[in-house]
Amino acid sequence: MAINPKKCPMPHQDADVRSRNFDEVATGYTVEMAIGEAKRCLECKNKPCVSGCPVNINIPGFISKVKVGEFEEAYKIISESSSLPAVCGRVCPQESQCEHNCTLGIKFEPVGIGRLERFVADYHNANSTEEPVKPEPNGHKVAVVGSGPAGLTCAGDLAKRGYKVTIFEALHTPGGVLVYGIPEFRLPKAIVAKEVDTLKKLGVDIETNVVIGKTLTIDELMEEGYEAIFIGSGAGLPKFMGIEGEGYKGVLSANEFLTRINLMKAYEEGSDTPIQKGKKVCVIGGGNVAMDAARCARRLGAEVTIVYRRTEKELPARREEVEHAMEEGIVFKFLTNPVKILGDENGNARAMVCQRMELSAPDESGRARPVAVEGSEFEIEADTVIMALGTSPNPLIKSTTKGLETQKWGGIIADENGLTSRTAIYAGGDAVTGAATVILAMGAGKTSAKAIDEYLTNK
Amino acid sequence: MYKIIKKRRLNPTVTEMHIEAPLVANKAKPGQFIILRVDESGERIPLTVAGVNKDSGTVKIIYQIVGATTKKLDTKEEGEYIQDFVGPLGVPTHTEGIKKVCIIGGGVGCAIAMPVAEEFHNLGADVTSIIGFRNKDLVILEDEFKSFSDKFVLVTDDGSYGDKGNVTMPLKSMLESGEKFDMIITIGPLIMMKFVTLTAKEYNIPVTVSMNPIMIDGTGMCGGCRLTLIHEGKRVTKFACVDGPDFNGYEVDFDEAMSRGRMYSDFERHAFEETCNLIKKAKENE
Repeated sequence: MAINPKKCPMPHQDADVRSRNFDEVATGYTVEMAIGEAKRCLECKNKPCVSGCPVNINIPGFISKVKVGEFEEAYKIISESSSLPAVCGRVCPQESQCEHNCTLGIKFEPVGIGRLERFVADYHNANSTEEPVKPEPNGHKVAVVGSGPAGLTCAGDLAKRGYKVTIFEALHTPGGVLVYGIPEFRLPKAIVAKEVDTLKKLGVDIETNVVIGKTLTIDELMEEGYEAIFIGSGAGLPKFMGIEGEGYKGVLSANEFLTRINLMKAYEEGSDTPIQKGKKVCVIGGGNVAMDAARCARRLGAEVTIVYRRTEKELPARREEVEHAMEEGIVFKFLTNPVKILGDENGNARAMVCQRMELSAPDESGRARPVAVEGSEFEIEADTVIMALGTSPNPLIKSTTKGLETQKWGGIIADENGLTSRTAIYAGGDAVTGAATVILAMGAGKTSAKAIDEYLTNK
Repeated sequence: MYKIIKKRRLNPTVTEMHIEAPLVANKAKPGQFIILRVDESGERIPLTVAGVNKDSGTVKIIYQIVGATTKKLDTKEEGEYIQDFVGPLGVPTHTEGIKKVCIIGGGVGCAIAMPVAEEFHNLGADVTSIIGFRNKDLVILEDEFKSFSDKFVLVTDDGSYGDKGNVTMPLKSMLESGEKFDMIITIGPLIMMKFVTLTAKEYNIPVTVSMNPIMIDGTGMCGGCRLTLIHEGKRVTKFACVDGPDFNGYEVDFDEAMSRGRMYSDFERHAFEETCNLIKKAKENE
């Protein structure tokens, strides 16, 4: 039988409908679609896809089980490497990882690995009644700071090895960026809650409302008898451009906008948390966070423009998010950079002055630098301007932990195993790398869990 | 869940609560704040720590009923619980090297100013307190301030109690008569802090202001509490939750802060009215 050159398309809510609700955009493969897509996998011997996966899931292994309809078996194979499959199947940038390396992808479209992973995880969550088995305790205590993807993964891996793990979370709900950052329509919060629940069943304790660096310090945790600590405190404060007019009402960070919507449910009728519902919204930036903010603003009823200083090709966001944003009617202005925000007499933002940009020849980093075109200023109407320009690391742990070395820009310094400059203290995820992806944070959590296990076993 | 151990009304719109939160009580210092959520669907609001009792593990907060959330909080009674309570957040008020201090509080800001006065008093500093209210009915914490102050002045806008006028008037007359302070610390409405700063600047007395902008997470993530300082002629973005809430008054762009503080005022007014109606209905049904 000839191989279908195309990936089985993901069923979606219609763009017109979904741009007015916060329900999940992609509705997921059916059993037939999953089996059909799995059959496209060549199961090649050298498994290039596996090396593209930051947590090295046995991809051909699980796909071979999907082919024959053994979905629970497939789930077990994924679970050996990933503690958050329902999350990764939805938010991983597969096109630059596993699917990028897929042999089929040389001639045709690669296998829809992410979609299959999601299918398997959703199938398991909907059908399995099997409870996770609490492993035999090994008598060691480990603390994990932060319950985002890095912390959850590290905690899960350690709990499976019998460690008594306590996660300390600053916010009132566990999940980190999966809860406050990524919107419901891309990652339903029920899925995150389910993954957190699984960890609790494995014996992990989660203490919410504890800010490490404030409520307790890293050293106090050590004094309390934790033998090792993993810091997965995530990214920190949002960056602004430093241009004139950023102080007008209606100018805010994507972090604030998304936190109001996702964590505080400000989009729901009757929520106690207010939200800026603009008529004309401009989002500055081209990453996943910019796409999320733009698509949320769209769902709140605004006309939305994404302003990005490079071209479509350089957008750092996942391709799928960009396509979805475009389908939902979001306008992209490429090679455009704001230089000033204009306000009205009441201090509300009313427009942005932008410059056109040109790409220079690529510099030694290989990235083309955008250069402003002289005299190209023009105005874009905007009552709301959302800055999605990345973040700088949170200072709370750094400033309260003696001997914890950090980079000049604030990121915690950690070696390839996640070990910091302090014995028994490990770190990973955005706290180390600066803003990156969920799966990279998970990979770091996994690596550190392994290193912590080795350290405490040999101690 | 965090238990309300004690509740006391200080004036018709200002209430004091003691919340059981031993980890916070163990760490909190004057000038720091907490964030709370009244219930599962509530918003996160910052409130300054008004005192702690390490032995009982309780944290004292004082709030004015100004919006939907404080209205909802005020329906909770002793023995009941609030959903979330996290802290202590922010940097404590700097006390080092300050021998003679003037504490200026306005309205409910006095609840925050009082523990600062207490701290300086306990450290052996000479404390002058100037506190101001709109009228006699709104006066709070007068006895506490008196007991921590070497010099105490109370003013009301309408003259119904204490001297008539606003807090800058006694400050100006003290400075005019040659009084010197190592530091003036002011906590209250932005407009009051702005004018205290302008008055102090004429006499070259340093001013610390306690900013209370809009905040969500309060831990250095969302950036909602952003404000602008003018530092050596350059505009610098700072975040009240991790860099503050205390800032050098000379550097704060008060006008921007006042404008940004009103960003959600329409929503809040509406939510407040809704909550009032809900509470009224609930009472009628009782």
